Amino acid sequence: MSTPEVTESSLRAAVRELLAEHDPVRTPVAEFLGARYDAGLAWIHFPEGLGGRAAPRSLQQAVNDEFAAAGAPTLDPGRHGIGLGMAAPTLLAFGDAEIHRRFLRPLWTGEEVWCQLFSEPGAGSDLAALGTRAVHDGDSWVVDGQKVWTSLAHEAQWAILVTRSDPSVPKHRGMTYFVCDMTAPGVEVRPLRQATGEAEFNEVFLTGVRIPDSRRLGEVGDGWRVAQTTLMNERVAIGGSAVPREGGLIGTVARTWRERPELRTPGLQDSLLRLWVDAEAARLTGERLRQQLAAGQPGPEGSAAKLAFARLNQQISGLELELLGGEGLVYDDWTFRRPSHPSMEGGTPGYRYLRAKGNSIEGGTSEILRNIIAERVLGLPQEIRVDKDVAWKDLPR
Amino acid sequence: MSEPTDLRTDLQYSEVEQELRGNVRALLAARAPQAATLARTESEQPVDTALWRALADELGVTGLAVPEKWGGAGAGWRETAVVLEELGRAAAPVPYLGSAVLATAALLAAEDTELLPLVASGEVVAALAVPFAAAPRSPFPSAVQLRSDGLLHGTVHLVADARTATTLLVPALDQDGTPGLYAVRDFTAAPVVSLDMTRPLADLTLAGAAGRRIASGEAAVAALDTALAIGAALLASEQLGVAEWALETTTAYVKQRHQFGRPVGSFQAVKHRLADLWVSVAQLRAVARSAAGAAAAGSPDLPVAAALAQAFASQVTVVAAEEAVQLHGGTGFTWEHPAHLYLKRAKSASIALGTADRHRAALAQLVDLTL
Repeated sequence: MSTPEVTESSLRAAVRELLAEHDPVRTPVAEFLGARYDAGLAWIHFPEGLGGRAAPRSLQQAVNDEFAAAGAPTLDPGRHGIGLGMAAPTLLAFGDAEIHRRFLRPLWTGEEVWCQLFSEPGAGSDLAALGTRAVHDGDSWVVDGQKVWTSLAHEAQWAILVTRSDPSVPKHRGMTYFVCDMTAPGVEVRPLRQATGEAEFNEVFLTGVRIPDSRRLGEVGDGWRVAQTTLMNERVAIGGSAVPREGGLIGTVARTWRERPELRTPGLQDSLLRLWVDAEAARLTGERLRQQLAAGQPGPEGSAAKLAFARLNQQISGLELELLGGEGLVYDDWTFRRPSHPSMEGGTPGYRYLRAKGNSIEGGTSEILRNIIAERVLGLPQEIRVDKDVAWKDLPR
Repeated sequence: MSEPTDLRTDLQYSEVEQELRGNVRALLAARAPQAATLARTESEQPVDTALWRALADELGVTGLAVPEKWGGAGAGWRETAVVLEELGRAAAPVPYLGSAVLATAALLAAEDTELLPLVASGEVVAALAVPFAAAPRSPFPSAVQLRSDGLLHGTVHLVADARTATTLLVPALDQDGTPGLYAVRDFTAAPVVSLDMTRPLADLTLAGAAGRRIASGEAAVAALDTALAIGAALLASEQLGVAEWALETTTAYVKQRHQFGRPVGSFQAVKHRLADLWVSVAQLRAVARSAAGAAAAGSPDLPVAAALAQAFASQVTVVAAEEAVQLHGGTGFTWEHPAHLYLKRAKSASIALGTADRHRAALAQLVDLTL
């Protein structure tokens, strides 16, 4: 039996049919998103029965546009970005049917929150040096170690986890990847407070945590390759939509400039105009990338966009404080807080300035991103690797 | 407040545009190799008229922006911008920006059906008689006047692509101070020793020249301003080509140049500079496409898109050319290596049609960020 060809118009028609049966505004969010999943109108390039219809990814935008036009709900990317952007593609690529059935739907509906147990105190930019041990024991694995810089660990039910299963081989081999239950005995989440005063991130201590072998993704020792799938999807936005001019932080600062003539000086104006130009260039670059992705041609511009965003956000948030002068001397609240919906652009100018400092560190430092661009895009020779053929256990640390 | 932009502007290259690019690139590789371009800069004919004829007759790209009914190819400014990218990559010494962009844009605005077919076919090389540093939204020039003898008198300094031009489009004031745009064939062009050796400038003298008025009053002001805005918008594509050449050539060089027993491109101090440059060039591509799109669509956003394009492109392209010189080390500073041709083109282009600072000042007005 052959499946009829999926076209943009057939997809739009399917969306309208679903909207007719489920009021996008009055239906509870999880129920509406569940209906969208069951209709194969979630991530349309996924297989049938798993929220998709094996359709070309390039048609996703049309589906998203159609839902957005009807005011249909979407998940907060601050809370569900790791699940949607990183866990889901990895689960699909490396999980078996049972993994797919158990995890994908509640992930899509937002009923289950995911976090990422990758970075460790001794393995930041050099992720492959990680040392959280996984020891095979019967039908399960016993995991011991410490993860760090983990957003949402205190909210998440599930985590994607990379471990060291064989210390006797070089670091890129000898890793194994799991789905970890964040409510399992031995998982302890401690808030990690940032310079902003709040604890957006966590340290996660894993002590004798048992993970069934059925929750392993990929082969034993092949965890690095699985992690690459996760990381490659990290910066591919799910259903990104066009950003209008002045749509980001530059718009906030521009509005302050327009509303507060008493703050203006020639030097600040020059800085503001330079950043306005850079922000508009970055916006157009993002738009060009979005058009390329929609046309099914993902480019390496993702790393570039992240690099540019970090620099820009830091510069603009720094200018915002200077523009405010005396008002830039105050901070709203140093009280310890744990945000459940992290946002980079929210808060006060002081918060934005401090939070932006993380932008060039999280999700790959700007230095590592420059290496990636230089080596993978420009084809420049790799750094000399002194650890390539050394067993992980023999590496200096 | 700034006007919202048209979010639907296509920032990609169409298949037709890529095919056009391939044709232009192949022609330039065959007819304008860098060694010949360098040698030409010190010859009696710094402008390559044979290459111009080839672009006109063999590829038909001198009239891309002109509708077919007026003798052009009926394409548009987006396609013209792709040609400019390739001309920038080759630092080709042809009067394309002056004739096929600036003069053509003025003639289109004035709907001058007499000159348009001749300029579109490349038979006539026309130049817009304004200093190359003139920015859009500048006051209408008063360097040339229509006197009581009914003839044009005046001098215009530092005009681009005027050495081989046979027709000038001259903005001039009549005795009442009314602006007009005149087509002029009787003039002298004195060569100027120019920083950009592949786009030599000239000082123009009109000593009682007869002119045919092609636009008058507000129409003349609008035609000149539109031409300068389109020129500024499209110059960014030429600058993109220069920056791409610099990035690609430098990347290739640091892969094969060995010092300390390893390719110099394996040092992070070098890699990171090229990575940053790649990011900037990728951004410039989006900015240049947006500007060309605004020009092609006749968008009300063109003034913003053009100012943004020049404020951004000038900065990126100069850095790209300067990095090319520096990262080629000793060889990059020699006359023999073409890097200096691109450095000179980049720096001159950053001043041409308004410096980045002037364009930022224009943006301050356009998007309401005034002091």
